[in-house]
Amino acid sequence: MALKILVCVKQVPDTETKVKISADGKSLDEGEVSFILNPYCEFAVEEALKVKEQLGGEVCLLTVGPESAASALRSGLAMGADTAVHLTAAGDRIADAGAVAALLAEEIRAQAPDLVFMGKKSVDADMAAVPAMTAALLDLPLVTAVSSAEYRSDGAELGRDTEDGREILDISFPCVLTTDKGLNSPRYATLKGIMQAKKKPIETKEVQYSGMKTAVEGMSYPPAAAPGRIIGSGSDAVPELIRLLRDEAKVLE
Amino acid sequence: MARKVLIVAEHQNGEVRKTAFEMISAAASIAADRVDVLLTGQGLGDLPSRFDGYAVNTVLTVDDSSMSSYDMKRLAILLKGLLEEKGYDTLMMAAGSHGRETMPYLAALSGTAYIPDVTALRAEGDSLVATHPVYAGKSLRDIRADAAVCMTLRPNAFSAEKGGGSPVQEAVAAAASEGGVAVRELKKKDSARPELTEASIIVSGGRGMGGPEHYPVIEELADLLGAAVGASRAAVDAGWRPHSDQVGQTGKTVSPNLYIACGISGAIQHLAGMSSSKVIVAVNKDPEAPIFKVANYGISGDLFEVVPAIVAELRK
Repeated sequence: MALKILVCVKQVPDTETKVKISADGKSLDEGEVSFILNPYCEFAVEEALKVKEQLGGEVCLLTVGPESAASALRSGLAMGADTAVHLTAAGDRIADAGAVAALLAEEIRAQAPDLVFMGKKSVDADMAAVPAMTAALLDLPLVTAVSSAEYRSDGAELGRDTEDGREILDISFPCVLTTDKGLNSPRYATLKGIMQAKKKPIETKEVQYSGMKTAVEGMSYPPAAAPGRIIGSGSDAVPELIRLLRDEAKVLE
Repeated sequence: MARKVLIVAEHQNGEVRKTAFEMISAAASIAADRVDVLLTGQGLGDLPSRFDGYAVNTVLTVDDSSMSSYDMKRLAILLKGLLEEKGYDTLMMAAGSHGRETMPYLAALSGTAYIPDVTALRAEGDSLVATHPVYAGKSLRDIRADAAVCMTLRPNAFSAEKGGGSPVQEAVAAAASEGGVAVRELKKKDSARPELTEASIIVSGGRGMGGPEHYPVIEELADLLGAAVGASRAAVDAGWRPHSDQVGQTGKTVSPNLYIACGISGAIQHLAGMSSSKVIVAVNKDPEAPIFKVANYGISGDLFEVVPAIVAELRK
């Protein structure tokens, strides 16, 4: 049986981005920002492709975001995904996780995939909320932050790290899995893949965020830290370091 | 509106995690009218009494074999029931791997707001305004919720203080659930070191460590200080350390009292994950390394000389 695998992906600012707050004081000034496919979503796309290679099936990408977010879909298509759906929505990309989850859940319900992959978190708002909220709305089993996996035709054995140690879990399809670093090494898109991606279909549907339960009051920069200082060089500086940590910073006894 | 808070406490090896006590302080900071704590597990023993002296009304306990290991859906269904039955409007859990999936799941299940990784909290009339870091701490964002809200609180952001109080205990029935996820095995950590995100002190090693075989140099310092051991992305990508040790925008965001960066140059990716540490020490060969721009106390020099010298000085 061929599996239907859906991968939810997100376009995010490059991790090297220097954050500038926009004039409204509530969001990121996107003027100088270059956008990338969220690194954790790359693991999700790679994992979906691996499952397809092992068990057969098709890989469909899904994203919510402005029109420019299509480039994240092209990145995933160039890696080897088959098709993509773009829910185009105007507005703050990181405003309300519940509103995003509701849109994703509606589309996923319509597509009824066997397996849904998402990145563990997106590196913009760092909420890690959309996967759990989407799974709850769909009443699908969920395992987050998967860092090892063995698949069979109707489920998988998964490993993940928590504060308590390493959990080994068993899950049946359909389900939602989120991918952590360490699970795989995402393939690079080949030139051929990039050329083919341009011809692959992206279905767009215009949607609107609704049902927001939170509102952004404002954004600010973290308090400026005191400028750093070098207190000395080599092991000669160590006694002074320990004295400062004990007497000035009071972080050591 | 009378604000009613329920705190989901976690415990490990017979001890309540300190994040539970930090959340009690957070609840006090919004002048909650009622603060209850939930403890779940099998054989809780005297764990409920650990809340004596804290500003808690009731410690709810579910002592049941079905709760012997963490099961996200079962916990979420239990919480949804308590929310409806007892009328809580604010649910708190530590921003760890369990909280960061249970709270958004519960929020979607019960139709409440969700705010992650809260580092500051204030009440404005009937609304709550919570601060959480975005873009890995390169900026902070204030989020308002006007109705019921589930949130996770970042470890070390609130200080745990006894506010005086003598909580009563109340046993609660376990929830039925078929989560669809079966726990095959839990391999408990064999390390006695604290969890990175909860540690008060972290000693981290980067590219300057030169290879995985040299990490015992910083591990010795870490164990002397009761610290966790972290790593930069360069060290993790090189395969020297597991990803669970990575501090930075694509790893863990940490805010310990003391962060000691050894052989870490200070890429913006890394700084984003650790610059909210209260005190930063850096040891690096290159005096021009960006890490020295954020270090309260920097030492330029070879970490393989400086770190053992720190160990020796502390042992004096």
